[in-house]
Amino acid sequence: MDVNFQFDWSAAFGSIPYLLPGIPWTLLISFGGLAIGFFIGIFFGLLRISPLRWLRWPAIVYVEVFRGTPILVQVLFIFYGLPQLLGSPINALVAGIAAIAVNSGAYISEIVRGGVQSIERGQGEASLSLGLSRTQAFRYVIWPQAFRRMIPPLGNQGIISIKDTSLFSVIGVGELVRQGQIYIATTFTALEVYFMVALMYLAITWTLSILLRQLERRGLAGQ
Amino acid sequence: MSETINNATPPIVRMQKLNKHFGNLHVLNNIDLTIVPGEVVVIIGASGSGKSTLIRCINGLEEFQSGSLIVDNNELLPYGKSTKALQTIRTEVGMVFQQFNLFPHLSVIDNVTLAPMKVRGLSREDAVSNANRLLDRVGIADQAGKYPSQLSGGQQQRVALARALAMEPRLMLFDEPTSALDPEMIGEVLDAMRELAKEGMTMVIVTHEMGFAREVADRVIFIHKGEITEQGRPEQLFDSPQHERTQSFLARVLKH
Repeated sequence: MDVNFQFDWSAAFGSIPYLLPGIPWTLLISFGGLAIGFFIGIFFGLLRISPLRWLRWPAIVYVEVFRGTPILVQVLFIFYGLPQLLGSPINALVAGIAAIAVNSGAYISEIVRGGVQSIERGQGEASLSLGLSRTQAFRYVIWPQAFRRMIPPLGNQGIISIKDTSLFSVIGVGELVRQGQIYIATTFTALEVYFMVALMYLAITWTLSILLRQLERRGLAGQ
Repeated sequence: MSETINNATPPIVRMQKLNKHFGNLHVLNNIDLTIVPGEVVVIIGASGSGKSTLIRCINGLEEFQSGSLIVDNNELLPYGKSTKALQTIRTEVGMVFQQFNLFPHLSVIDNVTLAPMKVRGLSREDAVSNANRLLDRVGIADQAGKYPSQLSGGQQQRVALARALAMEPRLMLFDEPTSALDPEMIGEVLDAMRELAKEGMTMVIVTHEMGFAREVADRVIFIHKGEITEQGRPEQLFDSPQHERTQSFLARVLKH
């Protein structure tokens, strides 16, 4: 260790104006991807619990493929691989959002499945015994309860996906890490800049945690 | 009494040679059961005898494998192959469960109004005024705005009763309605059921409350290993059971 090394606070603070423009990109990729991933997750999560086997297996394959391969490989495949297939380049932002969407979609479909399956059998039986159709029972009784239970694991997935976007510096999209790398290339202040990058991720994820905790508390107020 | 009604009015439940298996287990064995409107039938038997399964077949919560079952002129087919009839039957047959099964995310009033609004198409005002009347009838009008978790077990079960009655059922099924209750709350639920019986509701009740059975039942049915071993008027069945199995079951449950 270099005993003479000093953490240069002015270098850390000086990097802020260069890092800040990365935040909207990080947020756009994360939340854009998660929003699409949420619908992918609901779709495959519900297929997964269908009584029909031929509806279940596409969901199983989807989850295994996108949960079982690294997100870095997924985004490289989309950004560098797919253009060869399509014959036209794919925008880095689109590639990043798509990677978060398909990846978080796989995890969210398991969250949806677990949430729905955790609702006691008696809830469905009571609904049916009142004459509600299966669809009505799901919509008015099962899903609202399942969704409440899904909030904590969904929040967890949101935080994981936000951090996953840091990998997308490899495809050149100007998110937080990429902005840091560009800045370091001219100043050589890696310690200070990555420290600030880490702080900015923490600020985003922490804010999300607080919002989720409030949402959870409000959601559980009735019960 | 039930015999004379039997000849005059068409039955609301007609079960013939009904068989149900869970894998190798023969849960219901050639059950014949006819229930006429206005009748209160209590089903007793040891746990695992098939009594809950029997009433759950009546509203199609359990499928059966063979036999015929007609509920309120709608025929239920084996293996649940009668979705349309099933839907109709369930709007006409109410059920109260051992575990109450109230919807925890809905207030008491919303629990009671959900099905009338979504299934019967009632307006919110009509559904709410009906619900308030029913909640008043079961003695919990002042709890309408609360959530199920804020109520005692006895109150929850009375809400469950009001919820089922809100669909104006022609037949009510009770699956051990007091078995999950603390002893001091059993009475309030039985009182509400007693009232209902007095008003002429057709009821099929699975219960271990023998005193209640003797008091309200028109007919008591004893089930053993999926078969109806013996049935009759309560005084008949409780005071002079004919079958040896009935005798030993009653000796066990009435002793303490």
